[in-house]
Amino acid sequence: MAEFTLPKNSKVQEGKRFPAKAGARNVRTFRVYRWSPDEGANPRIDEYEVDLAACGPMVLDALIKIKNEIDPTLTFRRSCREGICGSCAMNIDGTNTLACTKAIEDCRGDLRIYPLPHLPVVKDLVPDLTHFYAQYASIRPWLRTQSAPPPDAERLQSKEDRAKLDGLYECILCACCSTSCPSYWWNGDRYLGPAILLQAYRWIADSRDEDTGTRLDELEDPFKLYRCHTIMNCAQTCPKGLNPAKAIAEIKKLMVERQGV
Amino acid sequence: MPQLARPLSPHIGIYRWQWTMTLSILHRATGIALAVGTILLVALLLSLAAGPAAYARVQACCASPFGQVLLLGWTWSLCYHLCNGIRHLAWDVGWGFEIARGRLTGWIAIGASLLLTLAIWACVFVRGGAA
Repeated sequence: MAEFTLPKNSKVQEGKRFPAKAGARNVRTFRVYRWSPDEGANPRIDEYEVDLAACGPMVLDALIKIKNEIDPTLTFRRSCREGICGSCAMNIDGTNTLACTKAIEDCRGDLRIYPLPHLPVVKDLVPDLTHFYAQYASIRPWLRTQSAPPPDAERLQSKEDRAKLDGLYECILCACCSTSCPSYWWNGDRYLGPAILLQAYRWIADSRDEDTGTRLDELEDPFKLYRCHTIMNCAQTCPKGLNPAKAIAEIKKLMVERQGV
Repeated sequence: MPQLARPLSPHIGIYRWQWTMTLSILHRATGIALAVGTILLVALLLSLAAGPAAYARVQACCASPFGQVLLLGWTWSLCYHLCNGIRHLAWDVGWGFEIARGRLTGWIAIGASLLLTLAIWACVFVRGGAA
C-alpha cells in the first residue's frame, strides 16, 4: 500500500555544515543524506561546500573529493567511474542516475544527494539491494534450453535475432529505474519492477532461449507484472537511455497474443 | 554499539516531479473524479423520476457557482481521462514509448482535453446555460 510519509526512524533532520576553506574560488554546496547504524540517530542532511575549481566535473568526483579532503566518514558505492558497473546509482538533483556520469554543472542550485528512493539504508548513500537481487534471481536470468546443445559449436543466432536484444542487453542493473517507479515504491514487495521485467524480457526475446512459455507463466500475476501502470518514470530516468516501460509492454502483448485472440 | 532498524530512504518527498508521473497520477485522479461524479448523475436521474420540484432543486444546485465549478471539473476529468486513455491504448499495442513521443502525446492529451472541455461548455452556453 502507498505510504506517502516516512516512518518515524527515517525522518530526515538538518545535520552539520562543512564550510569551504578560505581561498576557495568556485564554491558549490552539496547537501548529502547521512545515516550511520552506529549513531542511534535519525538520518540527517550534511552540507559540504566544495571548491569546484579543484574538482573533477562529475558528481562522483565531488563525492570522492568530500571523502578524501573534508569528511572521510561519508560512505557510498563506486567502482568503474564510467557508467558501466552501476555501483554509484543514487538520487541526485531529484532524479535517479549514476554519480559518475552526472555532470555537476547539469544540476540546479545546491546539489541534493540521497540514496536510491524507498529502500532500507545500510549507511549514508548505500541502500540495501538484497530484495532487488532476489527478485532478479527469481526470473532465473540465464539461457534455458530443452534441446541438446550442438556438439561442435555454440548456439548461434542470426544478426536479426541478435538485434532484438539491443536496448535490453545494455542494462547494468543499477536499480535507478525500479527505485524511480511509484508503483515499485508502494508494491515493491511483490511487483518485480522495471529493471527485473526488462531483464525478464531480455530472455524472452532471445531466439536461443527455449523456455518462453514458462517465463510468461511465471510473470502472469497481478503483482509481478501488472503493477506496471505505464507511468514511464523508468524510461525517463534510465542513465543508459533504455526503455523498461517498452519492454514491459512487449511482455504484456505476448501475454495477450498467446491466448490466441 | 546501538543497532537500529534501517531507515527507509526518502522517496516521493524528494523525487523531482516528472511530467511522466504527473500525467499518470492525473489519469488516476480524473478516474476517481469521474466515479464520484456519477453520484451527481444518479441524483439528476432520481430527481427526474421524483417529479418537477425535486428536479428543479437539483438543477438549482448545478446552476450555483459551486455546482458549476464541479461540473466544469467533471467535464475536464472526462475529457482528460478520454484523451489519456487513448494514449494508454496506443501503449497497449506497443506504440509511443520513446521519451520524446511520450512527452508529445502527453502534451497533446492535456491540450486536447482543455479544448474539448471548452468546446462542450461553449455548446452548453450557446444552447442557453448549463443543466
